[in-house]
Amino acid sequence: MDLTFTPAEEAFRAEVRAFLEQNLPSMLAEKIRTAQRLSKSDHEQWHAILNQRGWLAVHWPVEHGGTGWSIEQSYIFEDELSRAHAPGVVAFGPSMLGPVLIKYGSEAQKRYWLPRILDGSDWWCQGYSEPGAGSDLASLKTSAVRDGDHYIVNGQKTWTTLGQHANMIFCLVRTSSEGRKQEGISFLLIDMKTPGIEVRPIILLDGEHEVNEIFFTNVKVPVENLVGTENKGWTYAKYLLTYERTGIAGVSRSIAALKELRRIAQAQLRNGKPLTEDPLFAARMARVDIDLRNMVTTNLRVLLASGDGAAPLEMGAMLKIRGTEIRQEITRLARIALGPQAQPFCTPEGITAQYLNYRKLSIFGGSNEVQREIISKSLLEM
Amino acid sequence: MNFTHSEDRQMLADTFGRHLDQQYTIDVRHRISGSPEGWSRERWLGMADLGIIGALFDERSGGYGGSGFDLAVVFEQLGRSLVVEPFLGSLMAGQALAKAGCRSDLLAQLIAGETALAFASEEPQSRYDLASLTTQAQPAQAQHDHGTWTLSGRKSVIPQLEAASHAVVSARLGKDSAGLFLVELGKPGAVVSGYKMVDGGRGGDLTLDRASATLLTDNALPLLEEITAAGIVALSWEAVGVMDVLKKSTLDYLRTRKQFGIPIGKFQALQHRIVNVAIEIEQARSAAINAAAALAGPRAARERAVSAAKYTVGRAGTIAAEESIQMHGGIGMSWELPLSHYAKRALMIGHQLGDEDHHLSRFISLAVTG
Ligand SMILES: Cc1cc2nc3c(=O)[nH]c(=O)nc-3n(C[C@H](O)[C@H](O)[C@H](O)COP(=O)(O)OP(=O)(O)OC[C@H]3O[C@@H](n4cnc5c(N)ncnc54)[C@H](O)[C@@H]3O)c2cc1C
Repeated sequence: MDLTFTPAEEAFRAEVRAFLEQNLPSMLAEKIRTAQRLSKSDHEQWHAILNQRGWLAVHWPVEHGGTGWSIEQSYIFEDELSRAHAPGVVAFGPSMLGPVLIKYGSEAQKRYWLPRILDGSDWWCQGYSEPGAGSDLASLKTSAVRDGDHYIVNGQKTWTTLGQHANMIFCLVRTSSEGRKQEGISFLLIDMKTPGIEVRPIILLDGEHEVNEIFFTNVKVPVENLVGTENKGWTYAKYLLTYERTGIAGVSRSIAALKELRRIAQAQLRNGKPLTEDPLFAARMARVDIDLRNMVTTNLRVLLASGDGAAPLEMGAMLKIRGTEIRQEITRLARIALGPQAQPFCTPEGITAQYLNYRKLSIFGGSNEVQREIISKSLLEM
Repeated sequence: MNFTHSEDRQMLADTFGRHLDQQYTIDVRHRISGSPEGWSRERWLGMADLGIIGALFDERSGGYGGSGFDLAVVFEQLGRSLVVEPFLGSLMAGQALAKAGCRSDLLAQLIAGETALAFASEEPQSRYDLASLTTQAQPAQAQHDHGTWTLSGRKSVIPQLEAASHAVVSARLGKDSAGLFLVELGKPGAVVSGYKMVDGGRGGDLTLDRASATLLTDNALPLLEEITAAGIVALSWEAVGVMDVLKKSTLDYLRTRKQFGIPIGKFQALQHRIVNVAIEIEQARSAAINAAAALAGPRAARERAVSAAKYTVGRAGTIAAEESIQMHGGIGMSWELPLSHYAKRALMIGHQLGDEDHHLSRFISLAVTG
C-alpha cells in the first residue's frame, strides 16, 4: 500500500498548475466557481486553449493527438482543473465520439473527423435517447433505411444536451428489426444542417435551455457516415459507456464544490455564528466530507485495478452511483446553507438553480436505478 | 376521536377545490406566475368572493374561521393548485392586526379581497430567528403613545411583497424590546424591490429609511411567535397538498410509462421507493394535523407541535420532490411537466419560516425548557 504520488507525478501536477495559472481566463474560472452557465463561445475558447497545449483529448492515443498519460496523470490533471475552477471539456466530441472512432472508425473517418474535434470545427451532440427509449435504450425506433449510397433517417431523438450549439450529431438508429433489438442498431454521423432536421428546445425546471428534441424527416445521410459495421452500433455504444471512467465519480469536482460549500456556509450566520459552527449543519458537512474522502480512495482503487481505464461495468456503476450522490448532496447543502435566500430565482451564485439542475446526475448516463441493477446482477450471479 | 373535518369546513374545501380545478388550471397558474405582477388581483377578488380570505379570520375580526383547521383546508387546496396569490402574508399580517385589535378597516378590506398584506419578519442576518432584529424603530413624535414611529432597516425575501398595500414589520424598540408595526408600502422611506421566485410568483426585499409606521404592539415576540405558528400550520398544509399531487402524478406515471416492455411500476426498486414517499406524506399529514390542533392551545405545546410539523414537512418535502423527479426520469426535470413545479414548491416551503435544522434544534430546546 502506498497512497502517495511519485516525485515525477508531483512535478507533473506543478506543470499543470502553472499552465492553468497562465492560461485559464479568470472570467471562465469565476463562472464555474459561481455555477454560472457557459456560453458556446466560452466552451470554444476553453477547448482551444487546451488544444493548443495538446491537452484537449487526454485519453486519446498520442498518434491521434492525445496525451498517452498514465491513469495517475489523468487523475491529477482532472484534480488540478477542478481546483482551479476550470471548465470541464464538453464530452461529446473528445470523450465520447473520439474513442469510438479511434476504435471502430475507418481510416478515412479518423483522418477527417478527429482533427475537427480537436480544432473545434465541429460541435458534436449525442443522439441516443428517444421519447420511448430511455433506460431501455435498445428499444429505440429512429430508423435508417438504405437507399443507394444514402441512409434515409426518420424519427425523433430527445434530451439532446446542447444540441442547439451542435453542427453534428452521432446517433443510434435502427437499421434492422429482425432478431434481438440490440442487433439491429447502427451508429451514424449526421450533419445537423441536412434538410429534414428540426431542433426544438426543451426548457428544464431551472428555466434553462440545456436540452433539445430533434426531429428527423427523410434526412439523407451518406453511407460513408456509418461507423463500423451496420447493425453493430450497440457494441460501439456500450464501449462508449465503459470507456474512460476517470471522471465518472466526479471526485475532483466534488472536492472543489465542498470547498465552495464551506465558504458559503462560513458567510451565513445562525444564532450570530457562522453556519459552519452550527452543530446540525456541521454534521451534515462532515458526513459528506467523510463520504467524499472515502470515495477518493474507492475511485483510485477502481481506476488502478482496471489498468487501461476500462473498469468492470459494475465497479463503474458503483462509482457513478455514489459519486453522483455525493455531488448532489453538496448542492443540496449549499441550497440549505442559503436559508431564506435560496428562494429568489436568481440566488447568489446560482445555487438553487444548480441544485435543481443536478437532479440530472442520477438520471442520465444510465440512471442510478439501472446502475444498481447492473451491480446486483454481478453480486448475486443469478 | 375524529379525524374528519367538520361539515362546513369540508364543504369549503370541496367548493374551493372545484373552483381551483376549473378556474386555476396549471396553464392559468403559469400565466399568472410568470406575469410581471406575479399574481392576479382578479383571481384574488374571486377567491375572496368565495369566502376564502374570510375563512382565515375569526368572527371578532370580521371573518368566520381562523382556527388551525380552517387554515388547513384553505392552504391544502392552495398547495393542490400551486396558487401564487398573497395568502401567506395576508394571513400572517391580518392575524397580527386582528390580535393587536388594530385597523379593523384594513382587515375588512383584506377579507373583501380589496387589498393584500405582507408580513416582514425575516432580515438578511436573521436566518429564521424572530428575535434577531436590526431594523430599528424611532419615535417620530415626542409621545410614543400616539403610535407614530419611523423604521429604518432591511427586511428580506418577503413573499408577494409587491402585491401588498401594507406590511406588518418587526423592529427593535429601544435596546431590548421589539415591536410590531404597520407600514404603508410605496410611501417615502419604504422601498420595495421585487424579484421572481424559484417556485413561481414573486417576492421582495423591503428597505426602510425612516419610513413612517404605526405601532401594533410593543411586546412583539409573543405575538410574532403566535403568528409564525399560524403561518407554519398554513405552510404545512400547503405542503401536504403539494406532496399529494407529487405522489399522485408519480403513481400515474409508474402505471403508464413503459420501459423494457412493462410499466416501470412493475420494478420493485421503484415500488418500494414510492411506498416510502407515501409513508413520509402520511407522517407529514399527521404532523400538520397535530400542529393545527395545537394552534389555539398553550404556548409550549403549540410551539413544539409547529416545530415538529415544520421539521417533518421540510424533510418530507425534499424526499417527495427529489424522488418524484427521479422516478420520472428526464421528463421529471422538464418545465413543461407540472410535476417539476410542484417539486420546486415542496422544496421552497422548506426554506420558509424555518428549515428542518432550525425547527429540529428549536424542538430540542423547547423540550428542554418545556
Ligand atoms: C439533463 C439531461 C441531459 C441529457 N442529455 C442527453 C444527451 O445529450 N443525449 C442523450 O441521448 N440522452 C440524454 N439524456 C437522456 C438520459 O440518458 C435519459 O433521461 C436516461 O437514460 C433515462 O431515461 P428516461 O428519461 O426515459 O427515463 P426512464 O427510462 O423512463 O426511467 C424512469 C424511471 O424508471 C427507472 N427505471 C427504468 N428502468 C428501470 C429498471 N429496470 N429497474 C428499476 N428502475 C428503472 C429509472 O431509473 C427512472 O427512475 C439526458 C437527460 C437529462 C435529464
